Amino acid sequence: MIDKYQSIKTIKGIFIHTFLMSVALTCLLPLLWMVRCSLMTNRAIFTDKSLIPHEIHFANYLEAWSKGNFGAYFLNSVIYTTCVVFGIVIISSLAAYAFSRLKFPGRNFFFYMFVAAMMIPLPGSFVPLFVLMNKLGLINTRFGYVLCMINVGLSMSILLLKTFFDKMPKDLEDAARIDGCGRLGIWWNVALPLARPAIAVIVIFNSLNVWNEYILAQLLLTNNSLMPLQRGIMHFAETNSVDYHLLMAGLTIAALPIVGIYLLMQKHIIKGLSSGAVVG
Amino acid sequence: MKTINRIFCLCLCLLVTAGLLSSCAQKEEDPNTVVMWHWLTDRQSVLQELADRYKDETGITVKMELFAPTAYSQRIIASAQAKVLPDIYGILDKKQTFASFIDSGYVAELTEEFEKDNGAWEKSLFEKAINVNRFEEGNVYDVKPGIYGVPVDVTNTQMLYNKKLLAKAGIAKAPETMDEFLVAIEALKRVGISGLVSGWGESWMAGAFASNYAFNIMGEEKIMATYKGDVPYTDPDWIKVFRVFQRLSQAGAFIEGIVTKPNKFAEQDFALERAAFAYNGSWCVNVYHNMNPDLEYGVMLPPAVESDYPMLIWGGAGTSFVVNASSEKKQKAIDFLKWFTEKEQQAYFSKETRNLPANKEALASIPEVLEDFAKMMDRTTHPTIWKYNEDHVVSEKFEKGLQSIIIGEKTPEQVAQEVQEAKERVMKRQAR
Amino acid sequence: MNAITKPKFLYSKGFDTFKNFLFTLPAVSIFTIFYILPFYFIFNLSMHEWNGISPTMTFVGLENFAELMGDEIWWKSMWNAAYITLIALTLQNMVAFALALACDRDIRMKKFYRVVFFIPPVLSEVVVGLIWRWILEAGKQGGEYYGLLNYYLHKIGLVSLVNDWLSDPETALSCIAVVHCWKGFGWGFIMLLAGLQTIDKQLYEAARVDGANSWQTFKNVTVPMMVPVILVVVILTVLGSMQVFVLVMSMVGQGLVYHTDVPVLRILSAMDGTKRFGYACAMGVNFGLILIMVSVFFKIISNRMKQA
Repeated sequence: MIDKYQSIKTIKGIFIHTFLMSVALTCLLPLLWMVRCSLMTNRAIFTDKSLIPHEIHFANYLEAWSKGNFGAYFLNSVIYTTCVVFGIVIISSLAAYAFSRLKFPGRNFFFYMFVAAMMIPLPGSFVPLFVLMNKLGLINTRFGYVLCMINVGLSMSILLLKTFFDKMPKDLEDAARIDGCGRLGIWWNVALPLARPAIAVIVIFNSLNVWNEYILAQLLLTNNSLMPLQRGIMHFAETNSVDYHLLMAGLTIAALPIVGIYLLMQKHIIKGLSSGAVVG
Repeated sequence: MKTINRIFCLCLCLLVTAGLLSSCAQKEEDPNTVVMWHWLTDRQSVLQELADRYKDETGITVKMELFAPTAYSQRIIASAQAKVLPDIYGILDKKQTFASFIDSGYVAELTEEFEKDNGAWEKSLFEKAINVNRFEEGNVYDVKPGIYGVPVDVTNTQMLYNKKLLAKAGIAKAPETMDEFLVAIEALKRVGISGLVSGWGESWMAGAFASNYAFNIMGEEKIMATYKGDVPYTDPDWIKVFRVFQRLSQAGAFIEGIVTKPNKFAEQDFALERAAFAYNGSWCVNVYHNMNPDLEYGVMLPPAVESDYPMLIWGGAGTSFVVNASSEKKQKAIDFLKWFTEKEQQAYFSKETRNLPANKEALASIPEVLEDFAKMMDRTTHPTIWKYNEDHVVSEKFEKGLQSIIIGEKTPEQVAQEVQEAKERVMKRQAR
Repeated sequence: MNAITKPKFLYSKGFDTFKNFLFTLPAVSIFTIFYILPFYFIFNLSMHEWNGISPTMTFVGLENFAELMGDEIWWKSMWNAAYITLIALTLQNMVAFALALACDRDIRMKKFYRVVFFIPPVLSEVVVGLIWRWILEAGKQGGEYYGLLNYYLHKIGLVSLVNDWLSDPETALSCIAVVHCWKGFGWGFIMLLAGLQTIDKQLYEAARVDGANSWQTFKNVTVPMMVPVILVVVILTVLGSMQVFVLVMSMVGQGLVYHTDVPVLRILSAMDGTKRFGYACAMGVNFGLILIMVSVFFKIISNRMKQA
C-alpha cells in the first residue's frame, strides 16, 4: 500500500516538475542569450552560433556604462523608483484601507472612478498633461515626474490592495481598536503587515514600471542630468546602427536592480499569514 | 500612535517642500546660450563636439538636448502648445505639419538670410535639400513663399547589390531593367540565394519603392493629378504600379517575411549576405560598415519597367532644423546654423557619421559607396517638394495594399479599388 | 485626548466621517490633478477637429464618434486585441494559476521556480522582440532555415509545418498573442501566489479532516477564496492585453496589412500620422468605455460566483 502511494506520489512529482522545468527553461534561455550577447563583439553576435562565446569581453560592460553615461542616470532612476514606490505604497494603502474598511459618502463612487481611470490609454493624454505640468511649473523637475509616475501606478495598486484588505479577517483590527488604536494606528500596525504579500506585489510592479519608463521622462524632463536610466539604453537601441553587444550589456545592467528587488520582495509574498502576522 | 502620525506628516511636508523648491528653481535665461533640441541619437557626441568648437570660436554656448526619436514628435507638439519651444528644433514630419507650425507662428522665415550676399548660403547647399524647406509661390498650404529651415545632411534611398552573391550566381553586372532583374532572380534562386530584402515592416519604405515606379510609369504630372483627386487610383497606370509588386512576388524576388521586417532586421540580412539585393537609404553605409566591414556592395537604381519617364528615387534633406520665431536669440540661432553648414563643419560631420553632407563643397572626402549615392542626388524627389501630398489615411491604405499584394491576399485591381474608395471618403470629409 | 478642551464639533459624527475621507485625500487629489483634468481635455477634444498644432480648433459635436462607428479598421483592431485578450485570459492565466498552485505546495526547488518565472516580465521589450523574431524568422541561407522554429521543424521532419510565421495572416496574430502570454504570465503568477498565501491553512486542514480529496479541496476551498484575486488578475489581464502595442511593433513593425493592428496603434496612427487629434481622442474615449463595460461584466460574474 505504502509503496503504491509512494510511487503515485513520485509520478505526480515527476509530472509537476517536468511542467515547471519546461516553463522555467523558456524563461531562462532568453536571459542567458542576453547575457551571452553582452559578452561578445558586435560582429560575433551575428556570426558565432555556439551557445558559449569563444571570446569573452567583460569590457563591454565598462564601455556600455561609460558610453551610456549610466553613472548619473542610474542614480536618477534609483531616486525616482524609491520616491514613486514609497509614495504609491503609502498613498494607495491609505486609500485602499479607507475604501475597504471606513465609511464615508461616495466611497464606492471614488473607488470605481479609480478603477475606471485605468482603462483610458495614456498616449492620448500627453499633450494635455504637458500643458498642465507647464502651468504648474513642474516641467523639468524631479518632483513633477515623480507625481506623474505615482499617478500612473495608483489605480492598479488601489485595486489590488483593496482586494486583499477585503479578504482579511477583521478580528485583529477589532482587538487593536479595543486596545485603543486609532484608525491610523490600525492601518499602520495591523492592516499593512497583514497585506504584506500584496504590498510586495505592488512594490515589484511599480518598481519595474518606473525603472523601465522613459516616454514620460522624455516628455516631462529636458535636462540630461534629470534623465532616468532608460535614457542610457536609448543611446544603444534607438540609433540607425545598433551596437548589439553594448545594448545587451546595458540591458543586463539595467535588469539587475529589478531582479534584486524581486528577490527581496518575493520572500514577503511567501511569508504571508503563517509567520509574524502582527508586528508592533 | 503619535510618532507614526508625526513621521507621516513629516514625510508629506518634506515632499511638498521639495516640490516647491524644485519648482521655484526656474532656469535663468542666459543671453549667450542657444538651446537646440534634436533626435539624432547616434550623432550626439559629434554635435556636442561641434558645439564646443563653436563656443571656442564665438563664445556662444549651444546647448544640445537629445530626445528619443520615438518621443520627439510628441515632445515638440506638446511644447508648441505650452509655448516652450527651444531656439532651434526640428520638425520630424510631413510638409503639412511643417506648414501648420509656420501658420501658427512657431517657425522663423529664413529667406532673407539665405539670400544675403547674392545668396551665398543658398548656393553652398544642395538645392534639393533646401527645397525640402521651401514653400513655393501658390503652394496648397497657403504658407507665405520662402525658406523656413536649414538642411544639415542629405539622404537618398536606392537599391544595393551584393557583388559576391551576384558573381556566385553568374551575373556579370547589376540589372537595369525589370526583365534583367527577373533573370537575375531566377539565377539566384538556382543557387539558393534570396533576392530583395528591405524593411517593409516600416510601411513608408514600401510606399517609397512604389512611388519610384509610379514616377517611372506615369511621370510626376499624373501622380500629382491623382493626389489632387483628378485621376483615380483605378487608372491603368496605377494598376501597373501595383502589378510590379505582384510580378516580383510571384517571381519569388522578395526575401521571405519582407512585409513585416523592421528595417534593422533587413539591414542585418543584407549585411550577413542572406539576400543579394537591398532597398535602403544612404545611412546604411554606416550600418553595414558596423555589422560587416568586409561586405562588398554597389549602388543601383531600382530596375525600370518603362522608358517613357525616368526612374526617380526618394531623397533630399535627411535632417533639417528650424528656428523658433518667438525666440529672443533668433539671430544667434541662425548664425550657429549658418556656421554648422559651412564646408569645414560639414566635412567633419559627414566624415564622423558617414552621412552625406548638405554642403556641396564638403563632398570631397567621403567613402566610395557613399559617393555613388551622392551621384544620384540629381534623380531624387520627395513628398516634401511635391505640389500635392496624399492624405495619411490614403497612403496607409496604399501601403497596406502593397503588403496584401505581396502576400498574395489581394489582386492589384482589388487594392486599386480599395485605395480609391478611401481616397473618395477622405475627399468627402475634407470638403466638409 | 488631553486636558485642553477641543471644540465640540471635532467629536461629531460628521467630522468622524470626514476623517475617514481624509485617508483617500492624497490619492484623490493627485488623481484629480493628473487624471481628471487631462481626461476632461481629452473628452472635450474628442468633440473637436484639431491638428495638434494650430491654436484654434473646430467644434464638430459627436461627428468623430459617428465616424468611428463606421470605421472598419478601428473595429478590426478591436477584434484583434480581443483575440489576444482571449488567449491571454485562458492560456496565460491557466498556466499562471497552475504554476502558482504548484509553487504553493511543498515541492523541491520552489524558490528557484519563483525567481525564474518572473524573468520574462523583467526583460525589456527590445530583447523580447529580438529573441522572438530570431526564433520566428522565415528566411533561408545556404539551404538552411535561420529561424530557430523553422530550423527545428525542418530537422525533425515536419517540413509541412514550416511557415513564414510573422507574415502569414493565419499565424501572425497568434504568434504575437503567444509571445504576449509568455511575457505576461509572471504577473498572474505572483499575484495568484500572493493570494494563495493569504488563505488560512486551517481551512485546508479542516477540509482534509472532512475527508475531501485534493480536487474537492481545490474546488470548495481554494477557488471560492481566490475569486476576488482572480477577478483582479482577470481585469489586469484584460487591461494589459487590450492596450498591448510595443510588443506588436517590435515583432511586426507597423503591422501585417490590418491583421495585426491593435487599438493603441490606431490611436497613435490617427495622432502622429493623420494629425487628427480629435479623432484620436474619440478613439481613446470609445476604447475606455468598452473596457469599463468589460470590467463591469467580469465584476458581475465574480459576484455570481461568490454567491454560488
